[in-house]
Amino acid sequence: MEDARGGVTALAGAGVKRVNAVVVGAGAGGGIVAKELAEAGLSVVLLERGKWYSAFDCRKDDLRNQRTSVLGNAFGPDDERNPRVAVDLKGRARVVRASGPGYSNNAACVGGGTLSYGAMAWRYMERDFRMRSTYGPVAGSTLEDWPISYDDLEPYYEKAEWEIGVSGDDSGNVFRAPRRKPLPMPPLAPNREFEILQPAAKRLGLHPFHIPMLRNSVPYGGRGPCMRCRWCVGFACEVNAKCGTQNTVIPKALATGNCDLRTECMTRQILTDERGRATGVEYFDAHDRLQHQDADLVVVSSAAVESARLLLNSKSPLFPNGLGNRYDWVGRNFQGHSYTGAFGIMPEDIYDDLGPGASIAICDYNHGNPGLAGGAMLANEFIRLPYQFVGMLPPDVPRWGQAHKNFMRSFYRRAIAVQGPTQEMPMFSARVEVDPAVPDYWGIPVARLSGDKHPHTIEIGAFAAAKAEAWLKEAGAVRTWKKLAGPGFTGGQHQAGTCRMGDDPKTSVVNRYCQVHEIDNLFVIDGSVHVTNGGFNPVLTIMANAYRASDHLVKGWKGTRYR
Amino acid sequence: MDRRKFIVAGLAGSAVSCARSKSPWRFFSMTEARTLEAVCAHIIPRDQDPGAVEAGVVVFIDRQLTCFYKPLQKAYRQGIAAIDRESANATGRAFADLPAASQLDLLRRIELHPETKPFFDMLVAHAMQGFYGDPRHGGNHERASWKMLGVASPPLRGRA
Repeated sequence: MEDARGGVTALAGAGVKRVNAVVVGAGAGGGIVAKELAEAGLSVVLLERGKWYSAFDCRKDDLRNQRTSVLGNAFGPDDERNPRVAVDLKGRARVVRASGPGYSNNAACVGGGTLSYGAMAWRYMERDFRMRSTYGPVAGSTLEDWPISYDDLEPYYEKAEWEIGVSGDDSGNVFRAPRRKPLPMPPLAPNREFEILQPAAKRLGLHPFHIPMLRNSVPYGGRGPCMRCRWCVGFACEVNAKCGTQNTVIPKALATGNCDLRTECMTRQILTDERGRATGVEYFDAHDRLQHQDADLVVVSSAAVESARLLLNSKSPLFPNGLGNRYDWVGRNFQGHSYTGAFGIMPEDIYDDLGPGASIAICDYNHGNPGLAGGAMLANEFIRLPYQFVGMLPPDVPRWGQAHKNFMRSFYRRAIAVQGPTQEMPMFSARVEVDPAVPDYWGIPVARLSGDKHPHTIEIGAFAAAKAEAWLKEAGAVRTWKKLAGPGFTGGQHQAGTCRMGDDPKTSVVNRYCQVHEIDNLFVIDGSVHVTNGGFNPVLTIMANAYRASDHLVKGWKGTRYR
Repeated sequence: MDRRKFIVAGLAGSAVSCARSKSPWRFFSMTEARTLEAVCAHIIPRDQDPGAVEAGVVVFIDRQLTCFYKPLQKAYRQGIAAIDRESANATGRAFADLPAASQLDLLRRIELHPETKPFFDMLVAHAMQGFYGDPRHGGNHERASWKMLGVASPPLRGRA
């Protein structure tokens, strides 16, 4: 660390120790890769553009966090240095701030999104990996099967659940894919919404169960259990009960002595030699000095927007369009999730202030819906903080004035929300590019986001919203209203798809082991490789796939190179 | 001394020591603040519970305009001026001097007019942030809105 951070500019590589692997991004994927490689004896440099926050940085600020960022992002990236360009459906491009709408933000910090997420820990279902075979082609969509199956990932889902830590009980989920081991921790005690929604779901013939969550319900991994406060999704956990890579695998990686974590380091480009192999990366360190890190292999784990941006910005005579981009697939199929569902007003006060709030889910509508290619998991929503609830009122309630205040006062403690992430139909035209005119603080061309949502995605969302509304009505809601998806690309914290995994180099960016097709020592290991993104929060799949890809990498490691 | 009084006292102190304006505002002029308070009193009116003015929504906006909302200073300056101009054109009086019913009528016109709508929409959003958001930012004085909604603060544990 000293040699890389010393005052001497290390452009020529002088004074900088060559390492086996450099991992760009310390989030859900990169944290796991760093730990797996370091434990296998490889020397690893883990580069993270953000800072390392702790439980003390929780702050509980309901206007400045990763979910409600009207006064900024709590865990990065910062507005000043990290603009992007967003192109609307009329083709108008505008520069957007990191905390503003249209940015598709994911946190930039050690742990990435896993520091502040809500922590739902979903395994995708078998059919989520076989969307094309199950539903056939969907016009206008690049819907495709994954080159791997659920069975390939199952052991690694289990590893993620036990090593990072998951609580919950999905034994009531008759639709779940087979698992060998149960979850390591029991669910949190049911909250009031669970007690209302569970019997209602059963009366409808549905199959409700306790949501699996990357959250301690009992002491686990040397950390205590959830204290059930209301500041959960969007916040760092004050008692460190949420399990992210920042408090599990990354400390383990560092404990090996083989991993060097460098924070506030912004990677500019991946370097390649005249034979077309990756030789390392160039990055700006915390003092904005350009540094050069040689490595035997490079792993990109920066999430769908930034991973694609880094590949596209790494141009050379051999790779004039960026790395892995010979067939123009890098940055394509940009997707995330739109959340659709319904709100309901119950006949009496049901607010019990028991976080995280989200507690009960159904997978009855993920697949097998007539006429639809997929569906969505439905779950009750995390506790709505007062300001968040302002944006959730029914369309016929005035946005201000006495009627608005009356509604807030009368119904805040009587509201339930049920919603879920819609399975997306990937679009080739929804994409991440690099903007030719707009650089960031370091002079690196920024990501340019554009594209639309497939109309069938909107249909699936409308279907899920109707089912959520029916569930709330059965639960006794005296008034309900729906939340539907609008047009435009998604992305955000569930961003995925931009470096598709596939067997055919002409229609994908990486192979089934997350190795870039044309560069055998360059890997992309994060949500970018997802072919489709399921009707679920993607993080456990990102983690499982990181374990799987790392496992393959370690098994093929030959001392200084990978075969 | 609570947080707010501490801040007010600090402001008063600095005003004396710097021999600057006696205005309690960081960004707004006294006239602008008066207009804005009159507008916010309609966005979240006072009833059995405090409204926007009592909860310090204008304090919140004023403070944010010197930090996170600094890029919006011009929009506020012009937006408030536009409201008073509309008022003067229609009635010959400043907005804050109109009777409440006339103020409300005027605001409904301002909300619909394409030129003033963007500012009004932004103001509504900021008023909601100041009223329902965290008191640390200058609004939601003494957790007025959280008390109104029955949200315990600080939260009590062990009641499951």
